[in-house]
Amino acid sequence: MNKEIPASSNRAVEARGLEKTYGEQYALRGIDLTVDRGGCLVVFGPNGAGKTTLLKILSTLVKPSAGSVWLDGIDIREKPSQIRRKISLVSHQTFLYDNLTVFENLKFYGKMYDVADLDKRIREVISWVRLESRLHDRAGTLSHGLQQRASIARAVLHNPSILFLDEPDIGLDPHASKITGDIIDGAGSDKRTVVMTTHNLERGLELADSIVILDRGKVVYEASRSELSGEDFRKIYDRYTVTGG
Amino acid sequence: MNSNHTLRDSILWGLGFALMIAALAMVFVYVPTEKHGGIVQRIFYFHVPVAWVAFLAFFVTFISSVLYLWKRAIKWDAVACASAEIGVIFTTLVLITGPIWAKPAWGIWWTWDARLTTSLVLWLIYVVYLLVRSLAADPARGARYGAVIGIVGFIDVPIVFLTVNLWRTQHPTTIIFEGGLTTTMLITLLVCIAAFTVLYVILVIRSAGLKTMEAEVRRLRIMKAE
Amino acid sequence: MNRAFLKIITVFWKDMLTELRTREIIISVLVFALLVLVIFSFAFSIATDMTETVAPGILWVALTFGGVIGLNRIFAVEKENACLEGLMLCPVDRAVIYWGKMAGGFTFMLAVAVVVTPVFLALFNLPIFLPRLALVIVLALVGFASVGTLFSALAVNTRARDIMLPILFLPVVVPVIVSAVKATGPVLVGGPWGDMLTWLQIMIAFDIIYLVVATLVFEFVVEE
Repeated sequence: MNKEIPASSNRAVEARGLEKTYGEQYALRGIDLTVDRGGCLVVFGPNGAGKTTLLKILSTLVKPSAGSVWLDGIDIREKPSQIRRKISLVSHQTFLYDNLTVFENLKFYGKMYDVADLDKRIREVISWVRLESRLHDRAGTLSHGLQQRASIARAVLHNPSILFLDEPDIGLDPHASKITGDIIDGAGSDKRTVVMTTHNLERGLELADSIVILDRGKVVYEASRSELSGEDFRKIYDRYTVTGG
Repeated sequence: MNSNHTLRDSILWGLGFALMIAALAMVFVYVPTEKHGGIVQRIFYFHVPVAWVAFLAFFVTFISSVLYLWKRAIKWDAVACASAEIGVIFTTLVLITGPIWAKPAWGIWWTWDARLTTSLVLWLIYVVYLLVRSLAADPARGARYGAVIGIVGFIDVPIVFLTVNLWRTQHPTTIIFEGGLTTTMLITLLVCIAAFTVLYVILVIRSAGLKTMEAEVRRLRIMKAE
Repeated sequence: MNRAFLKIITVFWKDMLTELRTREIIISVLVFALLVLVIFSFAFSIATDMTETVAPGILWVALTFGGVIGLNRIFAVEKENACLEGLMLCPVDRAVIYWGKMAGGFTFMLAVAVVVTPVFLALFNLPIFLPRLALVIVLALVGFASVGTLFSALAVNTRARDIMLPILFLPVVVPVIVSAVKATGPVLVGGPWGDMLTWLQIMIAFDIIYLVVATLVFEFVVEE
């Protein structure tokens, strides 16, 4: 793989030549993508296309077998702690400890992320996700939808500038869906950069500035929002994904 | 590249073959029967070299493990694994030849002396090494975990030996081997050590080479699968 | 540097809080350790009248096996809650996570020892207040925790993980077990410090070596 020149810092997220293999199977092949500051990239693709793997690599959870990733202009191999401060991941795993209260969970992550004025900040994010009444309940006692909300609170607690969302619309009630949408749009702070995966074509298009379709580990289609219209997209999606659905 | 390998392999095989023949000849013909041990004592000339090679093998695994974690080149992982496998086989031989020698010689199968106990612990550690590698979710993880165990396990060896040694010197029960070596015995022993070391080198090169090729085949298969 | 230490405490405290809430775990481990203690004492007193000579061995069998089960908890709790990745996302040195977890594992095993040891001493009609024994136990448990935390992280991601940790852990801590048993002997009979000294030194050396090695190597175990 060619050693790349450092990405310009106008780009919040940049990936070149990403590959990931697990044993005999490759999950990702030759992935290149960029997301500008404040932009929202939506990644579509059928199950097994590699969307989750891609997000995990971008969010520094998994090391790629080949290729490089730059977040805010910094190679993630160089200063992982510095970068992790600025990013966040929301996935179907809530990263909440069942036996601790929502408050205790947030307190824990707040301390790990050196969040200033932690108590005040916790109250702030909890009011965003409308979970004030359950703040001191054990996380395990919350319904799945409420746990997802608490997870979102966890994710924005340290005010990340880059947000990774793995199928955030699954398991959320319409109310919580709106909350997520607001957060993506940057409620309460500067506009965040967002990379999101979803199955929901309509919703994804609504939020996207640019889109990418992944199929069997490769980018098969990419476009910016302005190039697309709603009805066309369903046809484009079916055309480019072999497995479709 | 090929011609270099063939030349090197020929030299090694030739040397190994010659040394082995010499070793066999010396052990069974040249060296006289030892006073105390009788004929069975001749196992000593296999037991000691095999133990030495086992230790060498695990040392090589240790170095390769460090190199693998540092450089992440497949060949280091291949060497580490190959060496560990050979090490386990040779340690098993140590644990078998030891009692076979001890029973007719001193009337006991086993004693908790430093060398034997350390060999046993070593055997356990590296059997687990192989187990973890085979039970890992994917080869990359197996290599990583193996490297960690290869490092942690080897560092333990001198500590185990020291500790058991201290324990046993406080309570000496059986004296395993006393008396010096005559010149003939020493020469025989050295020839045997040389023979087994060359055997080890041949085995490691072959095995590691095979593993590297297997990894390459896997990589090519992945690339081909469009 | 200061912040790293605070984060170690944060991880440690989070684990303590979680374990306090799931009290069944520590109680089951305690019961298991006590069972081991009782059964071994029982079995040996059937075999011989001179159980005092094997008493140190019995104590350390109980603490070792109880310890191994406790060490499993260190990363099992993360796995159960699917929180390992949450921890990995945090902007902390992997070594910080290791030390936080190690402290938790040590405390867990210490809690077990605090209950098992007096029971042991009573069973053998020995004096209950033995500060030197406390020293031996602390040194040995640090050794267990240093190695056990590293292997717990390894085992939790391997198939057959419940049996993986014991078989990884036990051979490596042989020096600790030997030293602990040898050091306990003089304590129980009121022997001189001199008889214990070498064994304490071995345990201290083991602890330092493995704390350093594990700190260096831990990131390779948890990286993906």
